[in-house]
Parts: sequence; structure tokens; C-alpha cells
Amino acid sequence: MPKVAITLRVNGDLHEVMVAPHRTLDEVLRDELGLIGTKVGCRTGDCGACTVLLDGKAVSSCLTLAVEAAGREILTIEGLAPGGEELHPLQRAFVEHGAVQCGYCTPGMILAARHLLDKNPTPTHEEIRRALSGNLCRCTGYAKIVDAIAAVAEKNRS
Amino acid sequence: MALPRFEYLSPGTLDEACALLAEHGADARPMAGGTDLLLRMGRTGRAPSFVVGLRRVPGLADVRFDREHGLSIGALASLATVAAHPDVIRHYPALAQAAAATATVQIRNMGTVAGNLCNASPSADTAPPLLAHGAEVLLHRREGERRLSLSRFFRGPGRNALEPGELLREIHLPPPGERTGSDYQRISQRSQVDIAAASVAARVALDEEGICRSARLALGAVAPTPLLVDEAAALLEGRPITDEQVAAAAALAVRAARPISDVRASAAWRKKVIGVLAARALRAAVEKALAQ
Repeated sequence: MPKVAITLRVNGDLHEVMVAPHRTLDEVLRDELGLIGTKVGCRTGDCGACTVLLDGKAVSSCLTLAVEAAGREILTIEGLAPGGEELHPLQRAFVEHGAVQCGYCTPGMILAARHLLDKNPTPTHEEIRRALSGNLCRCTGYAKIVDAIAAVAEKNRS
Repeated sequence: MALPRFEYLSPGTLDEACALLAEHGADARPMAGGTDLLLRMGRTGRAPSFVVGLRRVPGLADVRFDREHGLSIGALASLATVAAHPDVIRHYPALAQAAAATATVQIRNMGTVAGNLCNASPSADTAPPLLAHGAEVLLHRREGERRLSLSRFFRGPGRNALEPGELLREIHLPPPGERTGSDYQRISQRSQVDIAAASVAARVALDEEGICRSARLALGAVAPTPLLVDEAAALLEGRPITDEQVAAAAALAVRAARPISDVRASAAWRKKVIGVLAARALRAAVEKALAQ
């Protein structure tokens, strides 16, 4: 199949890439743009490791065609920290609460949490747990992950 | 594993999309959210020659409601949009519950209610509440459009009534009546992320004396298609909904179920649990109707 030229807007930067239509967004982010913060887990939309924000909404990039992401706003973990220097409050909270173990699920967890806090800045524990139901942590560090997000929510509350 | 290769077509109008689907027949598949279609391609290693993406067709993501005409859900309206829509939550609560219970946040942001129906899985979460609410589907082709009641749309596991060159453009639900309530109950081995092993939607409308004006009971994952239990409607209508009536309607749900045993549950367990879910859904629907 012939490749098509598309423009991806990732973390505010425009990238012109040639992609085959069957290539998924996770593949193009990692293999073409070198943005390997987005992880690939199950490739069936169950584990959440490949979560990115597309037009502000959490999606599984493994089930998103790159051609369908063209022209839309894509946020990956690399674009979360403002200016790239200081950590985003969610990232800092994950570090402070020991919510990072092997780290593989972390980018997806943080972006799913960002999606939640954008919609609801002060979620309850229950709402946090529900919002993370599509993100698996094989280290089973869920309690500390929920604590980290709750800490950011607590700050939003005050 | 990477997806198998295919060509991606991106029509700008509904007629153009239908023309492409008619031209390529079995070699083409339409794509809305893609969560079922791409998943299956990855799993089977087989792809159609052409994927017809509907994303560029204008207006398909709309959800519209008014008291006179009811609710319209466009083919590209996501599960998340429908689950969070204030009018759906208020007037069609079973549908909001089912859309919110489907899969995960990520999948609900991508997947559509129309895609959930077209995929024609017997366990599709949104099918029972749409059946219970009397939904119709608007099927579009270049030559014109036809309306079909949703119960006639499902033809078997993975099979629907769409003809080549035809697209489900919109789902339509009649206006909500007075003192009407609906509820959705599902059960699966794990959390809500798991596909439902059995599910029930109930809708009841009461009159001022508490007599049941109309009732619908719909079952998921216990037959080759989502199923309306017409006998339960006939039993409930015209009388108050007492505990005895709920138990009798639940027994009719058990009798209507024709489940199979699979990885998610045994047929015997499904038979048993569908009655429990039916009773819960009916009681909750009555409570919501009375609260109006």
C-alpha cells in the first residue's frame, strides 16, 4: 500500500511523516518520531500502557490509526512537563508517593490521570479508581498510584 | 504484532462513503471508533482491502434531544459522550449506565454506540437498554434511507441487517414518557472492564395510580442476539408492579434465555443469574419512575 503524507501535532510540535495506512499511532510515535515514552503493552486496548491524549481525551494509541490522528492535538508523556524542565504536578506526586515501580505503566497512568483531572479537578478515591480501570500495573502498585493522584486532587481542592 | 496492510479511504460525505462500500463490497469495511475492527485485524492477521473511515463525514458525532422528537445518536457519537450526556442520564438512564459500563475510559473515548450495535455481539452493553427504550436505527444508502426497529437489526452473533453499501447513520429513541424509569444491570467475573457475562435492561412507565402503562425487558449475552422478552411486557402491563409481578417477569426472562457456555460463564449459571438481574433491573426502574 502506498504511504501517505500526514502532519502530526505532538506536544505542540508539527511533524511531517510518511506513513502506511495500517500503522498505528503508538508505532509512529515510537518508531518514526522517537517518542518512546509511550509504551506498548497488550496491543488489544486492555492495559492502557499506550495511552495518549488525543484532542484532550485519553485513548489507546495501539488502536488508533496514525492517519486518523493527523491534524489533531496529541499529548504524550514527553509533553506533559511545562517547558520540559520542571515536573508536572502529577509526575512529582508519583515520585513523592513511590507510585513508580518498574515504570512501564507510568506514562499511561499519568496521562489517564491527567484526563481525569482535566474533567474533574477534585475526584474522590472511588472516581480515581474508576478512571484508572483501563490501566494495568503488573507491579500491582495501585494503592500508591491512587494516593499520588489523590494528593494532586487535594491540592486542587485548597 | 503489527496490523495487516489495507488501504484507507476517507470520504467527505455519507453518500460518498456508501458509494465506496457499494463499489468494494466484501473487500471494504466502514470504521467509526475502530476499537472492534482494528482489534480483530490484529488478532486474526486478516484485514479487508479497504477501510472506509467515517471521521471526515460532518455531523455524525452529534447527540440531539428534545422532548417532542426524542433522542438521536449519530454514528460517530462516542460511548463516553453518550454516557455523560445530561439528557441521556435524565431521560434514558439505562443507556447512560450501559455506556458508562462498557470497557475502559480509553475505549469509551474511542468506541461508538453505533459501532457497538453494528458489531452485533450478543453481549454488547448498549443493546439491551436501546431495545428496552424502543430504539430504531436509520440505515442510509445512496438510493435512500430505511428505518428498522433495533430488534430486527440483530441477525445473529456478529451479524446485522446492513446490506452492502449501507451504513447505520443514526440511532433514534422515542421521547420519554411521564413517570418512566429504566435501569441496566450487568454481571461479569471481574470488574466492569470485562465483557458482560449476562445483562438486563428494564424500562417501565407508570400511570398516576401506579399501574404499569408499558414495560420492556431486554436481555444481553444469553442468546445469539440481544433479546426483548415480549411475554414479560404483556405480563406487566395494565397492573401495579408488585413483588409477585417482578418475580413472574424474572421467571419469563429465565425462560426466554437460551445461553451457551463459554469462557465467561456456563449456560446453567447464566440461566440462573439472568432472573436475578431482571428482578433487580425491574425494581430499580420502578423506583426511578416513581421518583419522577
